[in-house]
Amino acid sequence: MKIRVLVQLKPGVLDPQGRAVHHSLEGLGFEGVNEVRIGRTIDLDVADGTSDAALDDMCKKLLANMVIEDYAIQKLDQVEPA
Amino acid sequence: MAFRAAVITFPGSNCDRDMAVAIEQASGTAPIRVWHGDASLPEGLDFIALPGGFSYGDYLRSGAMAANSPIMQSVVEAAGKGVPVLGVCNGFQILTESGLLPGALMRNASQNYICRTIPLRVENAQTVFTRSYAEGEEIAIPIAHHDGNYFAASDVLDRLEGDGRVAFRYSNNPNGSQQDIAGIINAQGNVLGMMPHPERAFEQAHGGTDGRRLFDSVIAGMIAA
Repeated sequence: MKIRVLVQLKPGVLDPQGRAVHHSLEGLGFEGVNEVRIGRTIDLDVADGTSDAALDDMCKKLLANMVIEDYAIQKLDQVEPA
Repeated sequence: MAFRAAVITFPGSNCDRDMAVAIEQASGTAPIRVWHGDASLPEGLDFIALPGGFSYGDYLRSGAMAANSPIMQSVVEAAGKGVPVLGVCNGFQILTESGLLPGALMRNASQNYICRTIPLRVENAQTVFTRSYAEGEEIAIPIAHHDGNYFAASDVLDRLEGDGRVAFRYSNNPNGSQQDIAGIINAQGNVLGMMPHPERAFEQAHGGTDGRRLFDSVIAGMIAA
């Protein structure tokens, strides 16, 4: 089972990296970019039948730091192929 | 009675030897060196130090992997029993990741790695780690970090401030830390995490000795006990 975990800084937590990239985009002449927030993608290949609770646990215990980050779990096998 | 300390080395720690030398010079006894993969800590410790460095190459988040290494379970247990635990720099990051201290250390607001000696204010001189300093005293200690920007939710910050758990504050905030926080203690008062490196301001040849009294504080407390 292919799982994709998206880890993102919580809203309101300052993202200096995103801000620097935003600044660079503006420097390149791209207009209309309101905000840039940078996160992390973690792809997992787990045994079929791994429970949602176990996946949540993985995120809370290691993959995300709940003090500053939120996470979202996507099941890639259930996504329609492009 | 000899002072019985342990310095934990993780793969990627790089201040473990400096930490061991500082403890030996302050106490007269060389600390026990413990490897991250060891199943347990030696018995009867008076002090545990988590040194600076880049444990596990800072993979995932600084300190995240080390916080889950085998030895940390024993460190959490020892901390629960009241053994003084000091985490410096990466050691502070490991303490927050392991839940022994609240909050998180994020990328410096400037995005830059900062390595220089900075002025620091001793905010609480009543702790086991700071009682050889004077309250409000300004000291000079080097910092060397990329992820030292202290963040915590506002209710956590209020609690830290209200309970006098901010041990050290930057005089000129170098990294964007909330409320200029450079070091905090846990509610019990026996765990200190700080970004500045006291072991790097220990002897005259370092350019300053303001860090030495932190080690003197812990050792004096143990001998008095």
